Amino acid sequence: MSIPGAEQLHDVRLHVNGSVHEVQVPARRLLSDALRHDCGLTGTHVGCEHGVCGACTILVDGRPVRSCLMLAVSAVDAEITTVEGLTEDDGSLSPVQQAFSDCHGLQCGFCTPGFLTTITAGLADNPDPSEEEAREMIAGNLCRCTGYQNIVKSVLRAAELGKGDE
Amino acid sequence: MKPAPFAYLRPATLEEALAALAGQQGAKVLAGGQSLVPLLSMRLAAPSMLVDINALPDLGHVTVSPGGAGDGAGEGVRIGALARHADVLASAEATASQPLLAMALSHVAHPTIRNRGTTVGSLVHADAAAEMPMVLRLLDGSVDVASVRGRRTIPAAELFAGPLESTLAHDEIAVEAFFPALGPGAGVAFQEIARRHGDYALVGVAAHVETAGGEVTRARVGFVSVSDVPVVVDVTDALDDPAGAALAELEPADDIHATAAYRAHLVKVLTPRVLADAIHHARQTTTQGRSA
Ligand SMILES: Cc1cc2nc3c(=O)[nH]c(=O)nc-3n(C[C@H](O)[C@H](O)[C@H](O)COP(=O)(O)OP(=O)(O)OC[C@H]3O[C@@H](n4cnc5c(N)ncnc54)[C@H](O)[C@@H]3O)c2cc1C
Ligand code: FES
Ligand code: FES
Repeated sequence: MSIPGAEQLHDVRLHVNGSVHEVQVPARRLLSDALRHDCGLTGTHVGCEHGVCGACTILVDGRPVRSCLMLAVSAVDAEITTVEGLTEDDGSLSPVQQAFSDCHGLQCGFCTPGFLTTITAGLADNPDPSEEEAREMIAGNLCRCTGYQNIVKSVLRAAELGKGDE
Repeated sequence: MKPAPFAYLRPATLEEALAALAGQQGAKVLAGGQSLVPLLSMRLAAPSMLVDINALPDLGHVTVSPGGAGDGAGEGVRIGALARHADVLASAEATASQPLLAMALSHVAHPTIRNRGTTVGSLVHADAAAEMPMVLRLLDGSVDVASVRGRRTIPAAELFAGPLESTLAHDEIAVEAFFPALGPGAGVAFQEIARRHGDYALVGVAAHVETAGGEVTRARVGFVSVSDVPVVVDVTDALDDPAGAALAELEPADDIHATAAYRAHLVKVLTPRVLADAIHHARQTTTQGRSA
Protein backbone atom coordinates (compact mmCIF):
# COMPACT_ATOMS: atom_id res chain seq x y z
CA MET A 1 0.00 0.00 0.00
CA SER A 2 1.25 3.44 -0.85
CA ILE A 3 -0.33 5.37 2.03
CA PRO A 4 0.91 4.01 5.34
CA GLY A 5 -2.02 2.86 7.44
CA ALA A 6 -4.44 2.83 4.52
CA GLU A 7 -6.16 -0.50 4.21
CA GLN A 8 -6.85 -2.10 0.86
CA LEU A 9 -10.54 -2.13 -0.02
CA HIS A 10 -12.16 -4.91 -1.99
CA ASP A 11 -15.04 -4.49 -4.40
CA VAL A 12 -17.53 -7.12 -3.36
CA ARG A 13 -20.81 -7.98 -5.00
CA LEU A 14 -23.24 -9.43 -2.47
CA HIS A 15 -26.47 -11.16 -3.48
CA VAL A 16 -28.91 -10.45 -0.68
CA ASN A 17 -32.64 -11.17 -0.67
CA GLY A 18 -32.71 -11.25 -4.46
CA SER A 19 -30.94 -7.88 -4.88
CA VAL A 20 -27.34 -7.11 -5.72
CA HIS A 21 -25.33 -4.90 -3.35
CA GLU A 22 -21.98 -3.57 -4.60
CA VAL A 23 -19.90 -2.75 -1.55
CA GLN A 24 -16.32 -1.68 -0.92
CA VAL A 25 -14.92 -3.25 2.20
CA PRO A 26 -11.64 -4.20 3.84
CA ALA A 27 -10.97 -7.96 3.91
CA ARG A 28 -11.59 -8.03 7.65
CA ARG A 29 -15.19 -6.76 7.36
CA LEU A 30 -17.43 -9.41 8.95
CA LEU A 31 -20.43 -10.31 6.82
CA SER A 32 -22.73 -9.32 9.69
CA ASP A 33 -21.25 -5.79 9.63
CA ALA A 34 -21.35 -5.60 5.84
CA LEU A 35 -25.04 -6.45 5.88
CA ARG A 36 -25.80 -3.90 8.60
CA HIS A 37 -23.49 -1.02 7.71
CA ASP A 38 -22.76 -1.40 4.01
CA CYS A 39 -26.11 -2.79 2.83
CA GLY A 40 -28.24 -1.03 5.43
CA LEU A 41 -30.00 -4.25 6.37
CA THR A 42 -30.05 -3.86 10.14
CA GLY A 43 -32.42 -6.75 10.76
CA THR A 44 -29.44 -9.05 11.26
CA HIS A 45 -28.42 -8.57 14.89
CA VAL A 46 -24.99 -8.89 16.42
CA GLY A 47 -24.58 -10.23 19.94
CA CYS A 48 -21.47 -12.19 20.80
CA GLU A 49 -19.48 -12.03 17.55
CA HIS A 50 -17.94 -15.42 18.14
CA GLY A 51 -20.59 -17.81 16.94
CA VAL A 52 -22.28 -18.65 20.23
CA CYS A 53 -25.51 -16.64 20.44
CA GLY A 54 -27.03 -17.06 16.98
CA ALA A 55 -28.49 -13.53 16.75
CA CYS A 56 -26.62 -12.94 13.48
CA THR A 57 -27.84 -16.13 11.77
CA ILE A 58 -28.65 -15.68 8.06
CA LEU A 59 -29.28 -18.15 5.25
CA VAL A 60 -26.41 -18.80 2.84
CA ASP A 61 -27.64 -20.80 -0.13
CA GLY A 62 -30.62 -21.78 2.01
CA ARG A 63 -28.65 -23.06 4.99
CA PRO A 64 -28.41 -21.21 8.32
CA VAL A 65 -24.96 -19.74 8.89
CA ARG A 66 -23.47 -17.34 11.47
CA SER A 67 -22.83 -14.09 9.60
CA CYS A 68 -20.34 -12.99 12.30
CA LEU A 69 -18.14 -15.96 11.35
CA MET A 70 -17.98 -15.17 7.63
CA LEU A 71 -16.01 -12.46 5.92
CA ALA A 72 -17.93 -10.29 3.46
CA VAL A 73 -15.18 -10.88 0.88
CA SER A 74 -15.77 -14.62 1.00
CA ALA A 75 -19.54 -14.29 0.45
CA VAL A 76 -19.19 -13.37 -3.24
CA ASP A 77 -20.54 -16.61 -4.64
CA ALA A 78 -23.36 -16.95 -2.13
CA GLU A 79 -27.11 -16.35 -2.26
CA ILE A 80 -27.86 -14.65 1.06
CA THR A 81 -31.22 -14.33 2.82
CA THR A 82 -31.55 -12.08 5.86
CA VAL A 83 -34.58 -11.69 8.10
CA GLU A 84 -35.75 -8.88 5.78
CA GLY A 85 -35.96 -11.45 2.99
CA LEU A 86 -38.36 -13.76 4.79
CA THR A 87 -41.57 -11.84 4.14
CA GLU A 88 -43.78 -13.02 1.30
CA ASP A 89 -43.58 -11.26 -2.08
CA ASP A 90 -46.77 -9.30 -1.31
CA GLY A 91 -45.20 -8.01 1.92
CA SER A 92 -47.24 -10.19 4.26
CA LEU A 93 -45.59 -12.13 7.06
CA SER A 94 -44.12 -15.56 6.38
CA PRO A 95 -45.58 -18.51 8.35
CA VAL A 96 -42.68 -18.37 10.81
CA GLN A 97 -43.03 -14.62 11.34
CA GLN A 98 -46.81 -14.94 11.71
CA ALA A 99 -46.37 -17.76 14.23
CA PHE A 100 -44.02 -15.65 16.38
CA SER A 101 -46.65 -12.92 16.38
CA ASP A 102 -49.49 -15.37 17.18
CA CYS A 103 -47.64 -17.18 19.98
CA HIS A 104 -45.70 -14.28 21.58
CA GLY A 105 -42.47 -15.93 20.49
CA LEU A 106 -40.47 -12.84 21.42
CA GLN A 107 -40.10 -10.27 24.15
CA CYS A 108 -37.28 -7.78 23.50
CA GLY A 109 -36.82 -9.20 20.00
CA PHE A 110 -33.04 -9.04 19.95
CA CYS A 111 -32.61 -12.75 19.28
CA THR A 112 -35.59 -12.94 16.94
CA PRO A 113 -33.95 -12.47 13.50
CA GLY A 114 -31.65 -15.42 14.21
CA PHE A 115 -34.53 -17.59 15.36
CA LEU A 116 -36.66 -16.69 12.33
CA THR A 117 -33.95 -17.58 9.82
CA THR A 118 -32.94 -20.75 11.67
CA ILE A 119 -36.53 -21.98 11.94
CA THR A 120 -37.34 -21.10 8.33
CA ALA A 121 -34.54 -23.39 7.15
CA GLY A 122 -35.35 -25.98 9.82
CA LEU A 123 -38.96 -26.28 8.66
CA ALA A 124 -37.87 -26.53 5.03
CA ASP A 125 -35.90 -29.64 6.06
CA ASN A 126 -38.52 -31.00 8.45
CA PRO A 127 -41.97 -29.48 7.81
CA ASP A 128 -43.68 -31.46 10.58
CA PRO A 129 -41.43 -31.49 13.68
CA SER A 130 -42.30 -33.07 17.01
CA GLU A 131 -41.95 -30.85 20.08
CA GLU A 132 -38.57 -32.42 20.74
CA GLU A 133 -37.45 -31.80 17.16
CA ALA A 134 -38.65 -28.21 17.49
CA ARG A 135 -36.44 -27.80 20.57
CA GLU A 136 -33.52 -29.37 18.74
CA MET A 137 -34.08 -26.98 15.81
CA ILE A 138 -33.54 -23.90 18.01
CA ALA A 139 -30.88 -25.36 20.32
CA GLY A 140 -28.05 -23.33 18.78
CA ASN A 141 -29.71 -19.95 19.42
CA LEU A 142 -29.74 -18.05 22.70
CA CYS A 143 -32.66 -15.98 24.01
CA ARG A 144 -32.37 -14.09 27.29
CA CYS A 145 -36.06 -13.23 27.64
CA THR A 146 -38.58 -15.87 26.72
CA GLY A 147 -37.63 -19.10 28.43
CA TYR A 148 -38.05 -20.67 24.98
CA GLN A 149 -41.56 -22.05 25.68
CA ASN A 150 -43.29 -19.69 23.28
CA ILE A 151 -40.54 -20.06 20.69
CA VAL A 152 -41.11 -23.83 20.67
CA LYS A 153 -44.85 -23.15 20.33
CA SER A 154 -44.09 -20.79 17.45
CA VAL A 155 -42.13 -23.50 15.62
CA LEU A 156 -45.07 -25.89 15.90
CA ARG A 157 -47.56 -23.16 14.91
CA ALA A 158 -45.44 -22.18 11.91
CA ALA A 159 -45.45 -25.81 10.80
CA GLU A 160 -49.28 -25.74 10.95
CA LEU A 161 -49.46 -22.46 9.04
CA GLY A 162 -47.01 -23.79 6.47
CA LYS A 163 -49.21 -26.78 5.81
CA GLY A 164 -52.35 -24.62 5.64
CA ASP A 165 -50.74 -22.50 2.96
CA GLU A 166 -50.36 -25.39 0.57
CA MET B 1 -14.19 -7.73 18.69
CA LYS B 2 -13.01 -6.97 15.13
CA PRO B 3 -10.12 -8.60 13.30
CA ALA B 4 -6.88 -6.72 12.67
CA PRO B 5 -6.15 -5.94 9.00
CA PHE B 6 -4.87 -8.70 6.72
CA ALA B 7 -4.40 -9.25 3.01
CA TYR B 8 -6.89 -11.60 1.40
CA LEU B 9 -6.61 -14.02 -1.47
CA ARG B 10 -9.28 -16.33 -2.89
CA PRO B 11 -7.36 -18.53 -5.33
CA ALA B 12 -9.10 -20.63 -7.98
CA THR B 13 -6.46 -23.37 -8.10
CA LEU B 14 -4.59 -25.38 -5.48
CA GLU B 15 -1.25 -24.43 -7.10
CA GLU B 16 -2.02 -20.73 -6.69
CA ALA B 17 -3.03 -21.26 -3.06
CA LEU B 18 0.15 -23.21 -2.28
CA ALA B 19 2.35 -20.60 -3.96
CA ALA B 20 0.71 -17.84 -1.91
CA LEU B 21 1.27 -19.73 1.34
CA ALA B 22 4.87 -20.48 0.42
CA GLY B 23 5.52 -16.81 -0.31
CA GLN B 24 4.14 -15.40 2.98
CA GLN B 25 5.41 -16.69 6.30
CA GLY B 26 2.49 -15.06 8.13
CA ALA B 27 -0.28 -16.37 5.85
CA LYS B 28 -3.02 -18.67 7.13
CA VAL B 29 -5.59 -20.89 5.45
CA LEU B 30 -9.28 -19.95 5.80
CA ALA B 31 -11.68 -22.89 5.47
CA GLY B 32 -15.05 -22.73 7.29
CA GLY B 33 -13.84 -19.96 9.58
CA GLN B 34 -15.76 -21.40 12.52
CA SER B 35 -12.63 -21.47 14.66
CA LEU B 36 -10.38 -19.01 12.84
CA VAL B 37 -12.77 -16.04 12.58
CA PRO B 38 -13.47 -15.95 16.35
CA LEU B 39 -9.70 -16.06 16.94
CA LEU B 40 -9.27 -13.12 14.52
CA SER B 41 -12.12 -11.16 16.09
CA MET B 42 -10.69 -11.65 19.58
CA ARG B 43 -7.28 -10.79 18.12
CA LEU B 44 -5.78 -14.02 19.41
CA ALA B 45 -4.55 -14.51 15.85
CA ALA B 46 -3.28 -11.80 13.50
CA PRO B 47 -2.11 -13.38 10.23
CA SER B 48 -0.63 -11.09 7.56
CA MET B 49 -2.72 -12.81 4.88
CA LEU B 50 -5.64 -15.20 4.62
CA VAL B 51 -5.70 -17.71 1.79
CA ASP B 52 -9.40 -18.55 1.43
CA ILE B 53 -9.63 -22.07 0.01
CA ASN B 54 -13.42 -22.03 -0.46
CA ALA B 55 -13.22 -21.50 -4.23
CA LEU B 56 -10.79 -24.37 -4.87
CA PRO B 57 -12.26 -27.11 -7.05
CA ASP B 58 -12.72 -30.79 -6.22
CA LEU B 59 -12.33 -30.65 -2.46
CA GLY B 60 -15.95 -31.03 -1.36
CA HIS B 61 -16.17 -34.81 -1.58
CA VAL B 62 -17.21 -37.38 1.00
CA THR B 63 -16.53 -40.78 -0.60
CA VAL B 64 -16.06 -44.34 0.50
CA SER B 65 -13.16 -46.10 -1.16
CA PRO B 66 -12.84 -49.88 -1.16
CA GLY B 67 -9.76 -51.60 0.23
CA GLY B 68 -6.82 -52.87 -1.75
CA ALA B 69 -5.96 -49.55 -3.38
CA GLY B 70 -2.38 -49.00 -4.39
CA ASP B 71 -1.75 -46.32 -1.76
CA GLY B 72 -1.73 -48.91 1.02
CA ALA B 73 -4.84 -47.64 2.77
CA GLY B 74 -7.72 -50.07 3.21
CA GLU B 75 -11.42 -49.32 2.86
CA GLY B 76 -12.55 -46.13 4.44
CA VAL B 77 -14.09 -42.69 4.18
CA ARG B 78 -12.24 -39.94 2.31
CA ILE B 79 -13.27 -36.41 3.24
CA GLY B 80 -12.15 -33.43 1.17
CA ALA B 81 -11.03 -30.15 2.73
CA LEU B 82 -14.24 -28.35 1.70
CA ALA B 83 -16.69 -30.98 2.94
CA ARG B 84 -18.63 -29.38 5.80
CA HIS B 85 -19.38 -31.32 8.98
CA ALA B 86 -23.02 -31.33 7.79
CA ASP B 87 -22.06 -32.98 4.49
CA VAL B 88 -20.25 -35.79 6.29
CA LEU B 89 -23.14 -36.26 8.71
CA ALA B 90 -25.59 -36.42 5.81
CA SER B 91 -23.62 -39.09 3.93
CA ALA B 92 -25.34 -42.45 4.46
CA GLU B 93 -22.44 -44.12 2.70
CA ALA B 94 -19.92 -42.66 5.13
CA THR B 95 -22.03 -43.63 8.14
CA ALA B 96 -22.38 -47.20 6.86
CA SER B 97 -18.64 -47.51 6.34
CA GLN B 98 -17.58 -45.95 9.65
CA PRO B 99 -20.48 -45.33 12.07
CA LEU B 100 -18.26 -43.50 14.58
CA LEU B 101 -18.14 -40.49 12.24
CA ALA B 102 -21.83 -39.70 12.64
CA MET B 103 -21.87 -40.73 16.32
CA ALA B 104 -19.20 -38.13 17.05
CA LEU B 105 -20.25 -35.45 14.56
CA SER B 106 -23.71 -35.15 16.08
CA HIS B 107 -21.89 -33.75 19.15
CA VAL B 108 -19.80 -31.23 17.17
CA ALA B 109 -21.34 -27.81 17.81
CA HIS B 110 -24.84 -26.93 16.56
CA PRO B 111 -26.20 -27.59 13.07
CA THR B 112 -25.65 -23.95 12.03
CA ILE B 113 -21.92 -24.21 12.86
CA ARG B 114 -21.74 -27.60 11.13
CA ASN B 115 -23.12 -26.05 7.93
CA ARG B 116 -19.91 -24.06 7.58
CA GLY B 117 -17.17 -25.75 9.63
CA THR B 118 -15.14 -28.39 7.80
CA THR B 119 -14.10 -31.75 9.22
CA VAL B 120 -10.60 -31.39 7.79
CA GLY B 121 -10.32 -27.89 9.31
CA SER B 122 -11.27 -29.31 12.68
CA LEU B 123 -8.47 -31.91 12.41
CA VAL B 124 -5.85 -29.32 11.46
CA HIS B 125 -7.06 -26.94 14.16
CA ALA B 126 -6.13 -29.76 16.59
CA ASP B 127 -8.30 -28.75 19.53
CA ALA B 128 -8.18 -31.44 22.22
CA ALA B 129 -11.73 -30.38 23.13
CA ALA B 130 -12.90 -31.23 19.59
CA GLU B 131 -14.38 -34.60 18.75
CA MET B 132 -12.95 -35.37 15.30
CA PRO B 133 -9.20 -35.19 16.10
CA MET B 134 -9.73 -37.84 18.77
CA VAL B 135 -11.82 -39.96 16.38
CA LEU B 136 -9.08 -39.80 13.72
CA ARG B 137 -6.51 -40.82 16.34
CA LEU B 138 -8.66 -43.67 17.69
CA LEU B 139 -9.29 -45.07 14.22
CA ASP B 140 -5.66 -44.59 13.11
CA GLY B 141 -6.69 -42.43 10.16
CA SER B 142 -4.52 -39.94 8.33
CA VAL B 143 -4.46 -36.56 6.61
CA ASP B 144 -3.04 -35.86 3.14
CA VAL B 145 -1.33 -32.50 2.81
CA ALA B 146 0.05 -30.59 -0.15
CA SER B 147 2.67 -27.85 -0.49
CA VAL B 148 4.89 -26.47 -3.23
CA ARG B 149 7.32 -29.19 -2.16
CA GLY B 150 4.85 -31.99 -2.99
CA ARG B 151 2.39 -34.19 -1.13
CA ARG B 152 2.66 -36.31 1.98
CA THR B 153 0.41 -38.34 4.25
CA ILE B 154 0.48 -37.63 7.98
CA PRO B 155 -0.72 -40.55 10.13
CA ALA B 156 -3.01 -39.51 13.00
CA ALA B 157 -0.40 -40.59 15.56
CA GLU B 158 1.93 -37.88 14.17
CA LEU B 159 -0.63 -35.12 13.52
CA PHE B 160 -1.23 -33.61 16.95
CA ALA B 161 1.72 -31.77 18.44
CA GLY B 162 0.21 -29.77 21.31
CA PRO B 163 -2.70 -27.56 22.32
CA LEU B 164 -4.18 -26.20 19.04
CA GLU B 165 -1.05 -27.31 17.22
CA SER B 166 -0.80 -29.80 14.38
CA THR B 167 2.37 -30.87 12.60
CA LEU B 168 1.48 -29.23 9.28
CA ALA B 169 4.12 -26.81 8.06
CA HIS B 170 2.95 -23.20 7.60
CA ASP B 171 2.84 -23.61 3.81
CA GLU B 172 0.89 -26.88 3.76
CA ILE B 173 -2.80 -27.30 2.94
CA ALA B 174 -4.63 -30.38 4.16
CA VAL B 175 -6.53 -31.65 1.13
CA GLU B 176 -8.15 -34.82 2.44
CA ALA B 177 -8.69 -36.86 5.58
CA PHE B 178 -9.00 -40.64 5.63
CA PHE B 179 -11.00 -42.51 8.28
CA PRO B 180 -10.68 -46.32 8.06
CA ALA B 181 -13.91 -48.31 7.73
CA LEU B 182 -15.27 -50.41 10.57
CA GLY B 183 -13.72 -53.86 10.19
CA PRO B 184 -15.53 -57.20 10.54
CA GLY B 185 -16.18 -58.02 14.20
CA ALA B 186 -15.41 -54.44 15.23
CA GLY B 187 -17.66 -52.05 17.15
CA VAL B 188 -17.58 -48.37 18.12
CA ALA B 189 -19.40 -46.07 20.52
CA PHE B 190 -19.33 -42.43 21.61
CA GLN B 191 -20.73 -40.46 24.53
CA GLU B 192 -20.03 -37.06 25.95
CA ILE B 193 -21.15 -34.81 28.74
CA ALA B 194 -21.47 -31.13 27.82
CA ARG B 195 -23.21 -28.33 29.71
CA ARG B 196 -25.62 -28.09 26.79
CA HIS B 197 -25.82 -30.44 23.80
CA GLY B 198 -23.66 -28.94 21.04
CA ASP B 199 -21.30 -27.15 23.40
CA TYR B 200 -17.72 -28.35 23.77
CA ALA B 201 -17.56 -31.50 25.90
CA LEU B 202 -16.56 -31.42 29.56
CA VAL B 203 -15.47 -34.98 28.79
CA GLY B 204 -16.09 -37.08 25.69
CA VAL B 205 -15.24 -40.76 25.32
CA ALA B 206 -15.15 -43.01 22.25
CA ALA B 207 -14.31 -46.71 22.14
CA HIS B 208 -13.17 -49.01 19.34
CA VAL B 209 -13.18 -52.76 19.94
CA GLU B 210 -12.34 -55.79 17.84
CA THR B 211 -13.92 -59.15 18.59
CA ALA B 212 -13.45 -62.71 17.36
CA GLY B 213 -15.96 -65.43 18.21
CA GLY B 214 -17.67 -63.00 20.60
CA GLU B 215 -14.44 -62.45 22.59
CA VAL B 216 -12.79 -59.03 22.74
CA THR B 217 -9.37 -59.25 21.12
CA ARG B 218 -8.50 -55.55 21.17
CA ALA B 219 -10.05 -52.56 22.93
CA ARG B 220 -9.01 -48.90 22.77
CA VAL B 221 -10.61 -45.82 24.25
CA GLY B 222 -10.14 -42.16 23.21
CA PHE B 223 -10.78 -39.03 25.27
CA VAL B 224 -11.92 -35.49 24.41
CA SER B 225 -11.26 -32.50 26.71
CA VAL B 226 -9.09 -34.27 29.26
CA SER B 227 -5.62 -33.39 27.98
CA ASP B 228 -3.75 -31.05 25.62
CA VAL B 229 -3.81 -33.47 22.68
CA PRO B 230 -6.20 -36.28 21.79
CA VAL B 231 -5.29 -39.32 23.89
CA VAL B 232 -6.02 -42.96 23.12
CA VAL B 233 -5.49 -45.67 25.74
CA ASP B 234 -5.26 -49.38 24.97
CA VAL B 235 -7.41 -51.20 27.54
CA THR B 236 -7.31 -54.68 25.99
CA ASP B 237 -5.68 -56.05 29.15
CA ALA B 238 -7.83 -54.02 31.52
CA LEU B 239 -11.37 -54.88 30.50
CA ASP B 240 -12.40 -55.30 34.15
CA ASP B 241 -11.19 -51.78 35.05
CA PRO B 242 -10.80 -49.74 31.85
CA ALA B 243 -11.31 -46.42 33.66
CA GLY B 244 -8.50 -47.22 36.09
CA ALA B 245 -6.20 -48.00 33.19
CA ALA B 246 -7.23 -44.80 31.43
CA LEU B 247 -6.79 -42.57 34.49
CA ALA B 248 -3.29 -43.97 35.00
CA GLU B 249 -2.40 -42.33 31.67
CA LEU B 250 -4.52 -39.17 31.83
CA GLU B 251 -4.03 -35.99 33.78
CA PRO B 252 -7.36 -34.15 33.67
CA ALA B 253 -7.00 -30.41 34.28
CA ASP B 254 -9.22 -27.72 35.84
CA ASP B 255 -10.86 -25.01 33.79
CA ILE B 256 -13.72 -22.59 34.43
CA HIS B 257 -16.31 -25.24 33.49
CA ALA B 258 -15.12 -28.25 35.48
CA THR B 259 -12.57 -29.23 38.13
CA ALA B 260 -9.95 -31.89 37.45
CA ALA B 261 -11.68 -34.13 40.00
CA TYR B 262 -15.02 -33.82 38.22
CA ARG B 263 -13.37 -34.64 34.88
CA ALA B 264 -11.74 -37.72 36.43
CA HIS B 265 -15.15 -38.71 37.79
CA LEU B 266 -16.68 -38.40 34.31
CA VAL B 267 -13.87 -40.53 32.87
CA LYS B 268 -14.62 -43.14 35.56
CA VAL B 269 -18.32 -43.21 34.75
CA LEU B 270 -18.19 -42.90 30.96
CA THR B 271 -15.30 -45.24 30.11
CA PRO B 272 -16.89 -48.57 31.12
CA ARG B 273 -20.24 -47.43 29.75
CA VAL B 274 -18.88 -46.52 26.30
CA LEU B 275 -16.71 -49.64 26.18
CA ALA B 276 -19.77 -51.80 26.91
CA ASP B 277 -21.68 -49.98 24.14
CA ALA B 278 -18.87 -50.67 21.67
CA ILE B 279 -18.73 -54.36 22.59
CA HIS B 280 -22.50 -54.55 22.17
CA HIS B 281 -22.18 -52.81 18.80
CA ALA B 282 -19.50 -55.29 17.68
CA ARG B 283 -21.67 -58.26 18.62
CA GLN B 284 -24.73 -56.73 16.98
CA THR B 285 -22.95 -55.96 13.72
CA THR B 286 -21.41 -59.45 13.69
CA THR B 287 -24.70 -61.28 14.23
CA GLN B 288 -26.65 -59.07 11.82
CA GLY B 289 -23.87 -59.03 9.28
CA ARG B 290 -23.04 -55.57 8.13
CA SER B 291 -25.49 -54.46 5.51
CA ALA B 292 -24.38 -51.89 2.96
C1 LIG C 1 -20.11 -21.81 18.78
C2 LIG C 1 -19.16 -22.87 18.29
C3 LIG C 1 -19.18 -24.12 18.89
C4 LIG C 1 -18.32 -25.12 18.44
N1 LIG C 1 -18.38 -26.32 19.07
C5 LIG C 1 -17.55 -27.32 18.65
C6 LIG C 1 -17.59 -28.61 19.28
O1 LIG C 1 -18.40 -28.87 20.18
N2 LIG C 1 -16.72 -29.54 18.83
C7 LIG C 1 -15.83 -29.30 17.81
O2 LIG C 1 -15.08 -30.18 17.44
N3 LIG C 1 -15.79 -28.10 17.21
C8 LIG C 1 -16.62 -27.12 17.60
N4 LIG C 1 -16.55 -25.89 16.95
C9 LIG C 1 -15.53 -25.68 15.87
C10 LIG C 1 -15.98 -26.19 14.53
O3 LIG C 1 -16.10 -27.58 14.55
C11 LIG C 1 -15.04 -25.80 13.37
O4 LIG C 1 -15.67 -26.19 12.20
C12 LIG C 1 -13.65 -26.41 13.32
O5 LIG C 1 -12.97 -26.27 14.52
C13 LIG C 1 -12.74 -25.74 12.29
O6 LIG C 1 -13.12 -25.95 11.00
P1 LIG C 1 -13.22 -24.73 9.98
O7 LIG C 1 -13.39 -25.32 8.64
O8 LIG C 1 -14.23 -23.77 10.45
O9 LIG C 1 -11.73 -24.12 10.06
P2 LIG C 1 -11.22 -22.62 10.13
O10 LIG C 1 -11.84 -21.92 11.27
O11 LIG C 1 -11.33 -21.99 8.80
O12 LIG C 1 -9.68 -22.90 10.42
C14 LIG C 1 -9.22 -23.40 11.68
C15 LIG C 1 -7.71 -23.57 11.64
O13 LIG C 1 -7.33 -24.62 10.77
C16 LIG C 1 -6.58 -24.16 9.66
N5 LIG C 1 -7.09 -24.87 8.48
C17 LIG C 1 -8.41 -25.11 8.18
N6 LIG C 1 -8.51 -25.86 7.08
C18 LIG C 1 -7.25 -26.12 6.66
C19 LIG C 1 -6.70 -26.88 5.58
N7 LIG C 1 -7.49 -27.53 4.72
N8 LIG C 1 -5.36 -26.93 5.44
C20 LIG C 1 -4.56 -26.28 6.32
N9 LIG C 1 -5.01 -25.57 7.36
C21 LIG C 1 -6.34 -25.48 7.54
C22 LIG C 1 -6.77 -22.66 9.63
O14 LIG C 1 -5.66 -21.99 9.08
C23 LIG C 1 -6.96 -22.35 11.09
O15 LIG C 1 -5.74 -22.28 11.74
C24 LIG C 1 -17.40 -24.87 17.38
C25 LIG C 1 -17.39 -23.62 16.76
C26 LIG C 1 -18.25 -22.62 17.21
C27 LIG C 1 -18.22 -21.28 16.54
S1 FES D 1 -23.26 -12.49 16.88
FE1 FES D 1 -22.94 -14.15 15.56
S2 FES D 1 -23.39 -15.81 16.81
FE2 FES D 1 -23.49 -14.20 18.23
S1 FES E 1 -36.65 -12.04 23.05
FE1 FES E 1 -35.13 -10.98 24.16
S2 FES E 1 -33.36 -12.16 23.76
FE2 FES E 1 -34.92 -13.35 22.91
